[in-house]
Amino acid sequence: MVNLGIDLNGLSLKNPVMTASGTFGFGEEYEDFINIDDLGGIVVKGTTLHHREGNPYPRMAETPSGMLNAVGLQNKGVDYFISDIYPRIKHYKTGIFVNVSGSTIEDYIATAEKINELEHIPGIELNISCPNVKEGGMAFGVHCPSAVAVTEAVRKVYKKHLMVKLSPNVTDVTEIAKGVEGVGADSVSLINTLLGMAINVEKRKPALSTITGGLSGPCVKPVAVRMVWQVFNAVKIPIVGMGGIMNAYDAIEFMLAGATAVQIGTANFIDPTVTIKVIDGIKDYMTRHNISDVNELIGGMIIE
Amino acid sequence: MKKVELLTVTKNRRINKEYVIIHAASNEKLPEIFPGQFVEIKVENGPNTFLRRPISIHEVDESKNEIILLIQEIGEGSRLLAKLREGDTIDLIYPLGNAFSIPSKGSKALLVGGGVGVAPMLILGRVLKENGVEPHFLLGARSKEILMELDNYEKIAEVGVTTEDGSLGIKGFVTDHPLMNEKLGEMEIVYTCGPDPMMRAVAKKAKEKDIKCEVSLENLMACGIGACLCCVVDTKDGHKCTCTEGPVFDTKELKEW
Ligand SMILES: Cc1cc2nc3c(=O)[nH]c(=O)nc-3n(C[C@H](O)[C@H](O)[C@H](O)COP(=O)(O)OP(=O)(O)OC[C@H]3O[C@@H](n4cnc5c(N)ncnc54)[C@H](O)[C@@H]3O)c2cc1C
Ligand SMILES: Cc1cc2nc3c(=O)[nH]c(=O)nc-3n(C[C@H](O)[C@H](O)[C@H](O)COP(=O)(O)O)c2cc1C
Ligand code: FES
Repeated sequence: MVNLGIDLNGLSLKNPVMTASGTFGFGEEYEDFINIDDLGGIVVKGTTLHHREGNPYPRMAETPSGMLNAVGLQNKGVDYFISDIYPRIKHYKTGIFVNVSGSTIEDYIATAEKINELEHIPGIELNISCPNVKEGGMAFGVHCPSAVAVTEAVRKVYKKHLMVKLSPNVTDVTEIAKGVEGVGADSVSLINTLLGMAINVEKRKPALSTITGGLSGPCVKPVAVRMVWQVFNAVKIPIVGMGGIMNAYDAIEFMLAGATAVQIGTANFIDPTVTIKVIDGIKDYMTRHNISDVNELIGGMIIE
Repeated sequence: MKKVELLTVTKNRRINKEYVIIHAASNEKLPEIFPGQFVEIKVENGPNTFLRRPISIHEVDESKNEIILLIQEIGEGSRLLAKLREGDTIDLIYPLGNAFSIPSKGSKALLVGGGVGVAPMLILGRVLKENGVEPHFLLGARSKEILMELDNYEKIAEVGVTTEDGSLGIKGFVTDHPLMNEKLGEMEIVYTCGPDPMMRAVAKKAKEKDIKCEVSLENLMACGIGACLCCVVDTKDGHKCTCTEGPVFDTKELKEW
């Protein structure tokens, strides 16, 4: 028997495989395909204080080995989440995280306060890195002072696990990672999508209604692995790595670079059972390499 | 219940220079499939066909547990699908989406398909007939060379045809056909699937005569199961997902239709 359990700064997860926000709905969308309880954790859709319609269609463009999205945080607001969705998903025996976003610090605080009351939500993922909203979102995450300010403000009202999701659209990701660690983040997750763009050449029109959007999928993986490794060398809090994970090898690569857990996003669209395959693949790898505890993989890259 | 499954291609037949019909068999009994539903196919290949491709269910053969798809070669993904051979496997997520509504027994329905939008009309025509509704097909194409084979439709009901170049049937668009004009008033409902301008023109005519109209939208999709919110259409109740709340919508629900 191999041990797959991990510890995220006091919060234990049964295995290191989670799902990424905005790609896994509320988990329910995947119930026909997998048993949600088998996952280490899920991060539900981006939630804001008020209802948001999101951006106009088209919101998606396929790109080589990836996709651009410009969903723009469409959601019915935190009160709807609490009254309608939470009662339906709270029975999941997995770590449920709510991805919290906002346009102002007050929004973030108000949303986090409400989620703090929910017994079966052990943590939030503070999204200060969404590239698809005009105000707020990524604007907080690409400047160190604002990233620190929003994290510090939420930390004061949010008593459970506070994971902060970092943007890759910065010159030095370690600066922001250290900043949020300094004001009480329990963990950091990275990367959110990379700012990108595509043009329909025939029509001479932008592929997305918002012109620019967020790039995800295997095309971003080397950038994401690099950033996880840099952050691993800069902070002490656990790192949740993501960006282009398609299989167990990719997940292990992130762990070797320093991630304690991983999130799987876009890959769920191609194979809705991918998360379970990744968990099984990690077990196989550990057996083959005589590794009894998955924690041995964290930061386990060997540099000669 | 949706599932992801490897099916075996039992037949891939070219019917004209742009279209192929693929039969894919499951090892298990097919789940219940309703007209208007679709599959998401994984195109096994390189970087340019990263996402699955949504394709309507053209027909099912329950005796062989086969799903039948009509595919138009339009880009890299559909070109690769057109090359599939007997014995190859394809990875499908199905059945997805909602379904066309079935009106009461004895009523008449008009099924208007343009281009590859004729695909869901075959299964719909059959199911309507089984439910005691009288289907009328109206199929449009640019030219006879790329019109769908009509035999399977003709087994169910009479088929009206329009071609833009006049090579078969009435010259012009589907909206130029008598079925969309003099005969339209007899219909309880009009169903349409095809290029956006065609569906809008059909919907407009139906609206003028106050006839219910259901359209099947082909929005770009990433997941097909309601998880990504990429495929939305603007409705009077806000954004809805075409993959789960559609692809079939009553045009009354849609904004700017
Ligand atoms: C619910 C649904 C049902 C569909 N049913 C069928 C069907 O039964 N038979 C069939 O042949 N096609 C159907 N389509 C369209 C089909 O999904 C696209 O033609 C296909 O994805 C194109 O892939 P490709 O790799 O060949 O082309 P790409 O290289 O991806 O694109 C080539 C061209 O096709 C256009 N295109 C791409 N995706 C779509 C899309 N989703 N809708 C319309 N145009 C698109 C692109 O804008 C581009 O101009 C359906 C689409 C939806 C959403
Ligand atoms: C369609 C889509 C919607 C997303 N929505 C959110 C979101 O609401 N909040 C968030 O923090 N990240 C969101 N993301 C980013 C993912 O959670 C993840 O950080 C990113 O996609 C990289 O991982 P991947 O390559 O495995 O998808 C979204 C990504 C996609 C593709
Ligand atoms: S395609 Fe993902 S929600 Fe419809």
